[in-house]
Amino acid sequence: MKAIYILCVRQLKRYVRSPARIIGSLGQPILFLVALGFGFRSMFAKAGGGSYINFLSPGIISMAILFNAVFSGIEIIWDRQFGFLKETLVAPVSRIEIVFGRMLGGALVAMAQGIVVLVICVIAGFRIEKTAVLPLAIVFMFLIALLFAGIGTVFGSVLQDMQGFPLIINFLIMPIFFFSGAIFSADGLPKALQLGLRLNPLSYGVDGLRGACSSVFAYGLATDLIVVTILTAFLLGIGSYFFSRIQL
Amino acid sequence: MGEMIVVQDLVKNYGEFCAVNHISFTVPEGKIFGFLGPNGAGKTTTIKMLTTVLDPTGGSIRINGHDPTREQKQVRRSFGIVFQDPSLDDELTAQENMDLHGVLYGVPRVERHKRIDALVDLVGLGERKKDLVKQYSGGMKRRLEVARALLHKPRILFLDEPTIGLDPQTRNHIWGYIQQLSKEEGVTVFFTTHYMDEADRVANDVAVIDHGKIVAQSSPGELKERTKCATLEDAFIALTGHAIREEEANATDRMRMMGRAWRGGGRR
Repeated sequence: MKAIYILCVRQLKRYVRSPARIIGSLGQPILFLVALGFGFRSMFAKAGGGSYINFLSPGIISMAILFNAVFSGIEIIWDRQFGFLKETLVAPVSRIEIVFGRMLGGALVAMAQGIVVLVICVIAGFRIEKTAVLPLAIVFMFLIALLFAGIGTVFGSVLQDMQGFPLIINFLIMPIFFFSGAIFSADGLPKALQLGLRLNPLSYGVDGLRGACSSVFAYGLATDLIVVTILTAFLLGIGSYFFSRIQL
Repeated sequence: MGEMIVVQDLVKNYGEFCAVNHISFTVPEGKIFGFLGPNGAGKTTTIKMLTTVLDPTGGSIRINGHDPTREQKQVRRSFGIVFQDPSLDDELTAQENMDLHGVLYGVPRVERHKRIDALVDLVGLGERKKDLVKQYSGGMKRRLEVARALLHKPRILFLDEPTIGLDPQTRNHIWGYIQQLSKEEGVTVFFTTHYMDEADRVANDVAVIDHGKIVAQSSPGELKERTKCATLEDAFIALTGHAIREEEANATDRMRMMGRAWRGGGRR
Protein backbone atom coordinates (compact mmCIF):
# COMPACT_ATOMS: atom_id res chain seq x y z
CA MET A 1 0.00 0.00 0.00
CA LYS A 2 2.84 2.36 0.84
CA ALA A 3 4.32 1.73 -2.60
CA ILE A 4 1.04 2.71 -4.27
CA TYR A 5 0.93 5.85 -2.16
CA ILE A 6 4.50 6.97 -2.83
CA LEU A 7 4.23 6.37 -6.58
CA CYS A 8 1.01 8.36 -6.61
CA VAL A 9 2.68 11.18 -4.73
CA ARG A 10 5.53 11.10 -7.23
CA GLN A 11 3.16 11.74 -10.11
CA LEU A 12 1.33 14.52 -8.32
CA LYS A 13 4.64 16.21 -7.52
CA ARG A 14 5.73 15.98 -11.13
CA TYR A 15 2.42 17.50 -12.20
CA VAL A 16 2.55 20.41 -9.79
CA ARG A 17 6.18 21.09 -10.71
CA SER A 18 5.63 21.49 -14.42
CA PRO A 19 3.40 24.52 -14.99
CA ALA A 20 4.36 24.34 -18.68
CA ARG A 21 2.62 21.00 -18.94
CA ILE A 22 -0.44 22.18 -17.02
CA ILE A 23 -0.88 25.21 -19.24
CA GLY A 24 0.15 23.36 -22.39
CA SER A 25 -2.49 20.70 -22.01
CA LEU A 26 -5.16 23.34 -21.37
CA GLY A 27 -4.63 24.70 -24.91
CA GLN A 28 -6.57 22.03 -26.71
CA PRO A 29 -9.70 21.99 -24.51
CA ILE A 30 -9.87 25.78 -24.47
CA LEU A 31 -9.56 25.86 -28.25
CA PHE A 32 -12.42 23.37 -28.62
CA LEU A 33 -14.51 25.14 -26.03
CA VAL A 34 -14.16 28.55 -27.66
CA ALA A 35 -14.24 27.49 -31.32
CA LEU A 36 -17.11 25.02 -31.02
CA GLY A 37 -18.87 26.51 -28.03
CA PHE A 38 -19.21 29.97 -29.46
CA GLY A 39 -19.17 28.88 -33.12
CA PHE A 40 -22.18 26.58 -32.87
CA ARG A 41 -23.97 28.37 -30.05
CA SER A 42 -26.65 30.12 -32.12
CA MET A 43 -27.13 27.18 -34.47
CA PHE A 44 -27.65 24.83 -31.50
CA ALA A 45 -30.12 27.22 -29.87
CA LYS A 46 -32.06 27.73 -33.13
CA ALA A 47 -32.40 23.98 -33.51
CA GLY A 48 -34.01 23.92 -30.09
CA GLY A 49 -31.10 22.35 -28.22
CA GLY A 50 -30.85 25.02 -25.55
CA SER A 51 -27.48 26.23 -24.25
CA TYR A 52 -24.67 24.67 -26.27
CA ILE A 53 -22.04 25.63 -23.68
CA ASN A 54 -23.99 23.63 -21.12
CA PHE A 55 -24.12 20.69 -23.52
CA LEU A 56 -20.51 20.97 -24.63
CA SER A 57 -18.71 21.63 -21.33
CA PRO A 58 -18.98 18.08 -19.90
CA GLY A 59 -17.59 16.84 -23.23
CA ILE A 60 -14.64 19.23 -23.07
CA ILE A 61 -13.93 18.29 -19.45
CA SER A 62 -14.01 14.62 -20.48
CA MET A 63 -11.64 15.42 -23.31
CA ALA A 64 -9.10 16.99 -20.99
CA ILE A 65 -9.31 13.97 -18.70
CA LEU A 66 -9.12 11.52 -21.62
CA PHE A 67 -5.93 13.01 -23.06
CA ASN A 68 -4.17 13.48 -19.74
CA ALA A 69 -5.05 10.01 -18.51
CA VAL A 70 -3.89 8.26 -21.69
CA PHE A 71 -0.76 10.36 -21.61
CA SER A 72 -0.01 9.36 -18.03
CA GLY A 73 -0.02 5.71 -19.07
CA ILE A 74 2.17 6.39 -22.07
CA GLU A 75 4.64 8.05 -19.71
CA ILE A 76 5.81 4.51 -18.96
CA ILE A 77 7.74 4.77 -22.24
CA TRP A 78 9.42 7.93 -20.98
CA ASP A 79 10.30 6.29 -17.70
CA ARG A 80 11.67 3.37 -19.63
CA GLN A 81 13.83 5.64 -21.79
CA PHE A 82 14.98 7.85 -18.96
CA GLY A 83 15.59 4.84 -16.76
CA PHE A 84 13.33 5.38 -13.77
CA LEU A 85 11.17 2.39 -14.69
CA LYS A 86 14.05 0.03 -13.87
CA GLU A 87 14.31 1.43 -10.36
CA THR A 88 10.70 0.44 -9.69
CA LEU A 89 10.95 -2.92 -11.46
CA VAL A 90 13.83 -4.20 -9.30
CA ALA A 91 12.17 -3.07 -6.05
CA PRO A 92 10.73 -5.79 -3.79
CA VAL A 93 7.19 -4.68 -4.56
CA SER A 94 4.69 -6.54 -6.71
CA ARG A 95 4.16 -5.22 -10.22
CA ILE A 96 0.47 -4.89 -9.39
CA GLU A 97 1.24 -2.35 -6.66
CA ILE A 98 3.55 -0.42 -8.96
CA VAL A 99 1.07 -0.27 -11.80
CA PHE A 100 -1.80 0.64 -9.48
CA GLY A 101 0.27 3.45 -8.02
CA ARG A 102 1.01 4.68 -11.51
CA MET A 103 -2.58 4.43 -12.74
CA LEU A 104 -4.02 6.04 -9.64
CA GLY A 105 -1.46 8.86 -9.77
CA GLY A 106 -2.13 9.36 -13.47
CA ALA A 107 -5.87 9.39 -12.88
CA LEU A 108 -5.57 11.98 -10.10
CA VAL A 109 -3.44 14.20 -12.30
CA ALA A 110 -5.93 13.86 -15.17
CA MET A 111 -8.76 14.69 -12.79
CA ALA A 112 -6.96 17.73 -11.46
CA GLN A 113 -6.61 18.88 -15.04
CA GLY A 114 -10.32 18.15 -15.61
CA ILE A 115 -11.24 20.33 -12.65
CA VAL A 116 -9.15 23.20 -14.02
CA VAL A 117 -11.04 22.85 -17.31
CA LEU A 118 -14.34 22.74 -15.39
CA VAL A 119 -13.49 26.10 -13.85
CA ILE A 120 -12.65 27.51 -17.27
CA CYS A 121 -15.97 26.21 -18.62
CA VAL A 122 -17.82 27.94 -15.80
CA ILE A 123 -16.03 31.17 -16.69
CA ALA A 124 -17.14 30.65 -20.31
CA GLY A 125 -20.76 30.39 -19.20
CA PHE A 126 -21.25 26.76 -18.15
CA ARG A 127 -23.96 26.40 -15.49
CA ILE A 128 -24.42 23.37 -13.25
CA GLU A 129 -28.10 22.86 -12.37
CA LYS A 130 -27.74 21.65 -8.81
CA THR A 131 -24.49 21.96 -6.90
CA ALA A 132 -25.66 19.01 -4.81
CA VAL A 133 -24.83 16.67 -7.71
CA LEU A 134 -21.24 17.85 -7.93
CA PRO A 135 -19.96 14.77 -6.04
CA LEU A 136 -21.57 12.58 -8.70
CA ALA A 137 -19.81 14.61 -11.40
CA ILE A 138 -16.52 14.06 -9.56
CA VAL A 139 -17.19 10.32 -9.43
CA PHE A 140 -17.66 10.19 -13.19
CA MET A 141 -14.58 12.31 -13.79
CA PHE A 142 -12.53 9.95 -11.64
CA LEU A 143 -13.89 6.85 -13.38
CA ILE A 144 -13.13 8.29 -16.83
CA ALA A 145 -9.63 9.15 -15.64
CA LEU A 146 -8.98 5.65 -14.27
CA LEU A 147 -10.42 3.95 -17.32
CA PHE A 148 -8.16 5.81 -19.73
CA ALA A 149 -5.14 5.61 -17.46
CA GLY A 150 -5.66 1.85 -17.84
CA ILE A 151 -5.76 2.11 -21.64
CA GLY A 152 -2.68 4.34 -21.63
CA THR A 153 -0.89 1.81 -19.43
CA VAL A 154 -1.55 -0.95 -21.94
CA PHE A 155 0.10 1.11 -24.70
CA GLY A 156 2.88 2.35 -22.45
CA SER A 157 3.70 -1.26 -21.52
CA VAL A 158 3.58 -2.68 -25.03
CA LEU A 159 5.32 0.07 -27.02
CA GLN A 160 9.10 0.36 -26.88
CA ASP A 161 9.40 3.94 -28.09
CA MET A 162 7.34 7.02 -28.88
CA GLN A 163 7.05 6.33 -32.61
CA GLY A 164 3.66 4.71 -32.23
CA PHE A 165 2.32 7.63 -30.23
CA PRO A 166 0.78 9.68 -33.09
CA LEU A 167 -0.86 6.48 -34.30
CA ILE A 168 -2.61 6.01 -30.99
CA ILE A 169 -3.66 9.65 -30.72
CA ASN A 170 -4.98 9.94 -34.28
CA PHE A 171 -6.53 6.53 -34.74
CA LEU A 172 -7.76 5.75 -31.26
CA ILE A 173 -7.97 8.69 -28.90
CA MET A 174 -9.26 11.30 -31.35
CA PRO A 175 -12.03 8.99 -32.66
CA ILE A 176 -12.92 8.05 -29.08
CA PHE A 177 -13.31 11.73 -28.30
CA PHE A 178 -15.23 12.73 -31.45
CA PHE A 179 -17.62 9.79 -31.35
CA SER A 180 -18.45 9.91 -27.67
CA GLY A 181 -21.26 12.41 -27.79
CA ALA A 182 -18.90 14.99 -26.33
CA ILE A 183 -19.66 17.59 -29.01
CA PHE A 184 -22.94 16.35 -30.47
CA SER A 185 -25.72 14.07 -29.30
CA ALA A 186 -26.52 10.68 -30.78
CA ASP A 187 -30.03 11.79 -31.87
CA GLY A 188 -30.47 11.88 -35.63
CA LEU A 189 -27.12 10.27 -36.41
CA PRO A 190 -26.89 7.50 -39.03
CA LYS A 191 -27.46 4.06 -37.50
CA ALA A 192 -23.82 2.98 -37.90
CA LEU A 193 -22.54 6.03 -36.05
CA GLN A 194 -25.12 5.58 -33.33
CA LEU A 195 -23.82 2.07 -32.84
CA GLY A 196 -20.27 3.43 -32.74
CA LEU A 197 -21.27 5.82 -29.98
CA ARG A 198 -22.95 2.98 -28.12
CA LEU A 199 -19.75 0.92 -28.22
CA ASN A 200 -17.50 3.77 -27.14
CA PRO A 201 -16.65 3.62 -23.42
CA LEU A 202 -16.25 7.39 -23.23
CA SER A 203 -19.89 7.87 -24.35
CA TYR A 204 -21.08 6.60 -20.99
CA GLY A 205 -18.59 8.73 -19.10
CA VAL A 206 -19.59 11.87 -21.00
CA ASP A 207 -23.28 11.08 -20.56
CA GLY A 208 -22.81 10.41 -16.87
CA LEU A 209 -20.92 13.65 -16.36
CA ARG A 210 -23.43 15.62 -18.45
CA GLY A 211 -26.34 14.01 -16.64
CA ALA A 212 -24.78 14.79 -13.27
CA CYS A 213 -24.51 18.46 -14.27
CA SER A 214 -27.90 18.82 -16.01
CA SER A 215 -29.93 15.87 -14.61
CA VAL A 216 -30.68 14.74 -18.17
CA PHE A 217 -29.14 11.37 -19.01
CA ALA A 218 -29.26 9.87 -22.50
CA TYR A 219 -28.54 6.33 -21.34
CA GLY A 220 -29.64 6.65 -17.72
CA LEU A 221 -27.58 7.13 -14.57
CA ALA A 222 -27.55 3.44 -13.63
CA THR A 223 -26.43 2.32 -17.10
CA ASP A 224 -23.68 4.94 -17.21
CA LEU A 225 -22.40 4.11 -13.77
CA ILE A 226 -22.46 0.34 -14.27
CA VAL A 227 -20.88 0.40 -17.73
CA VAL A 228 -18.11 2.82 -16.75
CA THR A 229 -17.36 1.01 -13.49
CA ILE A 230 -17.16 -2.41 -15.13
CA LEU A 231 -15.02 -1.13 -18.00
CA THR A 232 -12.72 0.69 -15.59
CA ALA A 233 -12.22 -2.44 -13.50
CA PHE A 234 -11.62 -4.43 -16.68
CA LEU A 235 -9.04 -1.98 -18.05
CA LEU A 236 -7.22 -1.67 -14.77
CA GLY A 237 -6.88 -5.44 -14.94
CA ILE A 238 -5.66 -5.43 -18.55
CA GLY A 239 -3.26 -2.56 -17.85
CA SER A 240 -1.83 -4.42 -14.86
CA TYR A 241 -1.45 -7.58 -16.90
CA PHE A 242 0.55 -5.91 -19.66
CA PHE A 243 2.63 -3.93 -17.20
CA SER A 244 3.49 -7.03 -15.19
CA ARG A 245 4.86 -8.64 -18.34
CA ILE A 246 7.39 -5.89 -19.03
CA GLN A 247 10.95 -7.15 -19.31
CA LEU A 248 13.96 -4.93 -19.74
CA MET B 1 30.89 -17.97 4.22
CA GLY B 2 28.41 -19.20 1.63
CA GLU B 3 28.04 -18.57 -2.05
CA MET B 4 26.09 -15.38 -2.69
CA ILE B 5 25.68 -15.75 -6.44
CA VAL B 6 25.55 -19.16 -8.11
CA VAL B 7 25.02 -19.30 -11.86
CA GLN B 8 24.84 -22.62 -13.68
CA ASP B 9 24.61 -23.13 -17.40
CA LEU B 10 22.81 -19.83 -17.94
CA VAL B 11 21.47 -19.19 -21.45
CA LYS B 12 19.63 -16.26 -23.04
CA ASN B 13 18.53 -16.37 -26.65
CA TYR B 14 16.92 -13.54 -28.60
CA GLY B 15 15.38 -15.46 -31.47
CA GLU B 16 18.30 -17.02 -33.33
CA PHE B 17 20.83 -14.86 -31.55
CA CYS B 18 22.48 -16.25 -28.44
CA ALA B 19 23.37 -13.34 -26.12
CA VAL B 20 24.48 -15.50 -23.18
CA ASN B 21 25.75 -18.97 -24.02
CA HIS B 22 25.91 -21.53 -21.18
CA ILE B 23 27.83 -19.56 -18.59
CA SER B 24 28.55 -20.71 -15.04
CA PHE B 25 30.24 -18.96 -12.14
CA THR B 26 29.96 -18.45 -8.40
CA VAL B 27 30.65 -15.45 -6.22
CA PRO B 28 31.38 -16.14 -2.51
CA GLU B 29 29.93 -13.85 0.14
CA GLY B 30 31.92 -10.68 0.79
CA LYS B 31 33.97 -10.90 -2.41
CA ILE B 32 34.31 -8.31 -5.16
CA PHE B 33 33.72 -9.92 -8.53
CA GLY B 34 34.55 -8.19 -11.82
CA PHE B 35 32.60 -9.22 -14.90
CA LEU B 36 34.61 -8.09 -17.91
CA GLY B 37 33.99 -8.20 -21.61
CA PRO B 38 33.90 -6.13 -24.80
CA ASN B 39 30.78 -4.26 -25.90
CA GLY B 40 27.90 -6.58 -26.69
CA ALA B 41 29.53 -9.57 -24.95
CA GLY B 42 26.50 -10.27 -22.77
CA LYS B 43 27.38 -8.48 -19.52
CA THR B 44 24.27 -6.36 -19.16
CA THR B 45 22.02 -9.20 -20.31
CA THR B 46 23.50 -11.36 -17.55
CA ILE B 47 22.97 -8.65 -14.93
CA LYS B 48 19.35 -8.26 -16.06
CA MET B 49 18.76 -11.96 -15.52
CA LEU B 50 20.48 -11.95 -12.13
CA THR B 51 18.32 -9.01 -11.03
CA THR B 52 14.89 -10.46 -11.98
CA VAL B 53 14.05 -8.11 -14.85
CA LEU B 54 14.73 -10.57 -17.67
CA ASP B 55 13.79 -14.25 -17.78
CA PRO B 56 16.59 -16.64 -18.82
CA THR B 57 16.10 -19.08 -21.69
CA GLY B 58 17.78 -21.82 -19.70
CA GLY B 59 20.04 -22.63 -16.76
CA SER B 60 19.71 -21.76 -13.10
CA ILE B 61 20.54 -18.80 -10.87
CA ARG B 62 20.69 -18.51 -7.08
CA ILE B 63 20.96 -15.06 -5.53
CA ASN B 64 21.40 -15.22 -1.77
CA GLY B 65 19.91 -18.70 -2.01
CA HIS B 66 16.83 -17.64 -4.00
CA ASP B 67 15.73 -18.14 -7.58
CA PRO B 68 15.18 -14.82 -9.45
CA THR B 69 12.49 -16.31 -11.69
CA ARG B 70 10.38 -17.64 -8.82
CA GLU B 71 11.30 -15.91 -5.56
CA GLN B 72 11.53 -12.41 -6.98
CA LYS B 73 10.77 -10.56 -3.79
CA GLN B 74 13.44 -12.30 -1.74
CA VAL B 75 15.97 -11.80 -4.52
CA ARG B 76 15.06 -8.14 -4.97
CA ARG B 77 15.38 -7.51 -1.26
CA SER B 78 18.89 -9.00 -1.31
CA PHE B 79 20.52 -6.66 -3.76
CA GLY B 80 21.07 -3.00 -4.60
CA ILE B 81 21.91 -1.99 -8.13
CA VAL B 82 23.52 0.84 -10.03
CA PHE B 83 22.44 0.50 -13.64
CA GLN B 84 24.53 1.26 -16.69
CA ASP B 85 22.30 4.19 -17.63
CA PRO B 86 20.72 6.64 -15.23
CA SER B 87 17.61 5.54 -13.36
CA LEU B 88 16.72 8.57 -11.25
CA ASP B 89 13.59 10.68 -11.52
CA ASP B 90 14.95 14.02 -12.74
CA GLU B 91 11.86 15.91 -11.63
CA LEU B 92 12.33 14.93 -7.98
CA THR B 93 14.99 16.11 -5.55
CA ALA B 94 17.83 13.86 -4.45
CA GLN B 95 16.15 13.43 -1.10
CA GLU B 96 12.82 12.53 -2.70
CA ASN B 97 14.51 9.98 -4.94
CA MET B 98 16.12 8.41 -1.90
CA ASP B 99 12.90 8.52 0.09
CA LEU B 100 10.93 6.88 -2.69
CA HIS B 101 13.50 4.09 -2.80
CA GLY B 102 13.34 3.66 0.96
CA VAL B 103 9.56 3.38 0.92
CA LEU B 104 9.62 0.86 -1.95
CA TYR B 105 12.10 -1.25 0.02
CA GLY B 106 10.12 -0.96 3.23
CA VAL B 107 12.76 0.89 5.27
CA PRO B 108 10.97 2.28 8.35
CA ARG B 109 10.59 6.06 8.40
CA VAL B 110 12.96 7.05 11.21
CA GLU B 111 15.74 4.76 10.03
CA ARG B 112 15.09 5.85 6.46
CA HIS B 113 15.61 9.52 7.20
CA LYS B 114 18.72 8.81 9.25
CA ARG B 115 20.28 6.64 6.57
CA ILE B 116 19.38 9.04 3.76
CA ASP B 117 21.15 11.88 5.56
CA ALA B 118 24.19 9.73 6.27
CA LEU B 119 24.42 8.36 2.73
CA VAL B 120 24.00 11.66 0.85
CA ASP B 121 26.71 13.11 3.10
CA LEU B 122 28.91 10.15 2.35
CA VAL B 123 28.74 10.71 -1.41
CA GLY B 124 29.24 14.43 -0.89
CA LEU B 125 25.75 15.59 -1.83
CA GLY B 126 24.53 16.66 1.61
CA GLU B 127 24.47 20.34 0.68
CA ARG B 128 22.49 19.74 -2.50
CA LYS B 129 20.03 17.08 -1.37
CA LYS B 130 17.06 19.42 -1.75
CA ASP B 131 17.92 20.25 -5.37
CA LEU B 132 16.08 18.67 -8.28
CA VAL B 133 18.14 15.89 -9.81
CA LYS B 134 17.87 17.49 -13.26
CA GLN B 135 20.22 20.18 -11.97
CA TYR B 136 22.87 17.59 -11.14
CA SER B 137 25.94 16.79 -13.24
CA GLY B 138 26.52 13.26 -14.52
CA GLY B 139 28.98 12.51 -11.72
CA MET B 140 26.61 13.73 -9.03
CA LYS B 141 23.81 11.58 -10.40
CA ARG B 142 26.10 8.57 -10.34
CA ARG B 143 27.06 9.22 -6.73
CA LEU B 144 23.43 9.58 -5.79
CA GLU B 145 22.64 6.27 -7.46
CA VAL B 146 25.37 4.55 -5.48
CA ALA B 147 24.00 6.05 -2.28
CA ARG B 148 20.49 4.98 -3.21
CA ALA B 149 21.56 1.41 -3.96
CA LEU B 150 22.93 1.14 -0.41
CA LEU B 151 19.92 2.60 1.38
CA HIS B 152 18.21 -0.69 2.19
CA LYS B 153 21.46 -2.39 3.32
CA PRO B 154 21.65 -4.95 0.52
CA ARG B 155 23.73 -8.14 0.85
CA ILE B 156 24.78 -7.88 -2.78
CA LEU B 157 25.63 -4.81 -4.80
CA PHE B 158 25.36 -4.95 -8.59
CA LEU B 159 27.27 -2.23 -10.39
CA ASP B 160 26.94 -2.08 -14.19
CA GLU B 161 29.76 0.20 -15.35
CA PRO B 162 29.35 2.39 -12.29
CA THR B 163 32.26 4.71 -12.95
CA ILE B 164 31.62 5.48 -16.61
CA GLY B 165 32.08 9.18 -17.31
CA LEU B 166 33.42 9.95 -13.83
CA ASP B 167 36.62 11.83 -13.04
CA PRO B 168 39.46 9.96 -11.26
CA GLN B 169 38.66 11.65 -7.94
CA THR B 170 35.07 10.46 -7.93
CA ARG B 171 36.04 6.99 -9.16
CA ASN B 172 38.56 6.60 -6.37
CA HIS B 173 36.13 7.90 -3.82
CA ILE B 174 33.38 5.51 -4.87
CA TRP B 175 35.62 2.46 -5.11
CA GLY B 176 37.23 3.29 -1.79
CA TYR B 177 33.85 3.25 -0.16
CA ILE B 178 32.73 0.07 -1.88
CA GLN B 179 35.89 -1.76 -0.84
CA GLN B 180 35.39 -0.64 2.71
CA LEU B 181 31.79 -1.80 2.62
CA SER B 182 32.83 -5.19 1.31
CA LYS B 183 35.52 -5.56 3.95
CA GLU B 184 33.62 -4.26 6.97
CA GLU B 185 30.07 -5.36 6.29
CA GLY B 186 30.70 -8.37 4.07
CA VAL B 187 28.69 -6.97 1.16
CA THR B 188 29.20 -8.98 -2.01
CA VAL B 189 29.95 -6.83 -5.05
CA PHE B 190 29.35 -7.82 -8.68
CA PHE B 191 30.49 -5.21 -11.17
CA THR B 192 31.20 -4.68 -14.85
CA THR B 193 33.66 -2.15 -16.20
CA HIS B 194 35.73 -1.25 -19.23
CA TYR B 195 38.50 0.18 -17.04
CA MET B 196 40.87 -2.76 -16.60
CA ASP B 197 43.09 -0.93 -14.11
CA GLU B 198 40.01 -0.51 -11.94
CA ALA B 199 39.18 -4.20 -12.11
CA ASP B 200 42.80 -5.10 -11.38
CA ARG B 201 42.82 -2.91 -8.30
CA VAL B 202 39.53 -3.80 -6.65
CA ALA B 203 38.38 -7.24 -7.83
CA ASN B 204 39.16 -10.43 -5.89
CA ASP B 205 38.11 -12.43 -8.92
CA VAL B 206 37.26 -11.63 -12.50
CA ALA B 207 35.48 -13.48 -15.29
CA VAL B 208 36.01 -12.49 -18.91
CA ILE B 209 32.98 -12.95 -21.16
CA ASP B 210 33.09 -12.72 -24.95
CA HIS B 211 30.40 -13.60 -27.50
CA GLY B 212 28.21 -14.76 -24.63
CA LYS B 213 30.76 -17.26 -23.31
CA ILE B 214 33.11 -17.06 -20.35
CA VAL B 215 36.64 -17.36 -21.74
CA ALA B 216 38.57 -16.99 -18.48
CA GLN B 217 37.87 -16.88 -14.78
CA SER B 218 40.38 -16.36 -11.96
CA SER B 219 42.00 -13.66 -9.84
CA PRO B 220 43.44 -10.74 -11.84
CA GLY B 221 46.96 -11.85 -10.82
CA GLU B 222 46.50 -15.39 -12.11
CA LEU B 223 45.02 -14.08 -15.33
CA LYS B 224 48.06 -11.89 -15.97
CA GLU B 225 50.36 -14.79 -15.13
CA ARG B 226 48.56 -17.21 -17.40
CA THR B 227 48.55 -14.86 -20.39
CA LYS B 228 52.09 -13.66 -19.56
CA CYS B 229 50.91 -10.05 -19.65
CA ALA B 230 52.04 -7.17 -17.48
CA THR B 231 48.64 -5.55 -17.11
CA LEU B 232 45.08 -6.80 -16.94
CA GLU B 233 44.31 -4.72 -20.01
CA ASP B 234 46.88 -6.65 -22.06
CA ALA B 235 45.58 -9.91 -20.65
CA PHE B 236 42.05 -8.87 -21.60
CA ILE B 237 43.09 -8.12 -25.16
CA ALA B 238 45.07 -11.35 -25.36
CA LEU B 239 41.90 -13.20 -24.41
CA THR B 240 39.35 -11.31 -26.48
CA GLY B 241 41.37 -10.20 -29.52
CA HIS B 242 41.98 -6.83 -31.12
CA ALA B 243 38.84 -6.59 -33.23
CA ILE B 244 36.79 -3.54 -32.36
CA ARG B 245 33.26 -4.55 -31.41
CA GLU B 246 31.35 -1.39 -32.12
CA GLU B 247 30.00 -2.64 -35.45
CA GLU B 248 29.16 -5.99 -34.07
CA ALA B 249 27.52 -4.53 -31.02
CA ASN B 250 25.34 -2.38 -33.21
CA ALA B 251 24.36 -5.34 -35.30
CA THR B 252 23.56 -7.16 -32.10
CA ASP B 253 21.40 -4.29 -30.95
CA ARG B 254 19.60 -4.32 -34.27
CA MET B 255 19.02 -8.02 -33.96
CA ARG B 256 17.71 -7.57 -30.46
CA MET B 257 15.38 -4.85 -31.67
CA MET B 258 14.14 -7.06 -34.47
CA GLY B 259 13.75 -9.87 -32.02
CA ARG B 260 11.64 -7.65 -29.83
CA ALA B 261 9.53 -6.49 -32.76
CA TRP B 262 8.90 -10.07 -33.84
CA ARG B 263 7.96 -11.28 -30.43
CA GLY B 264 5.48 -8.53 -29.77
CA GLY B 265 7.52 -5.92 -27.99
CA GLY B 266 10.10 -7.87 -26.03
CA ARG B 267 7.83 -9.35 -23.43
CA ARG B 268 7.77 -13.04 -22.59
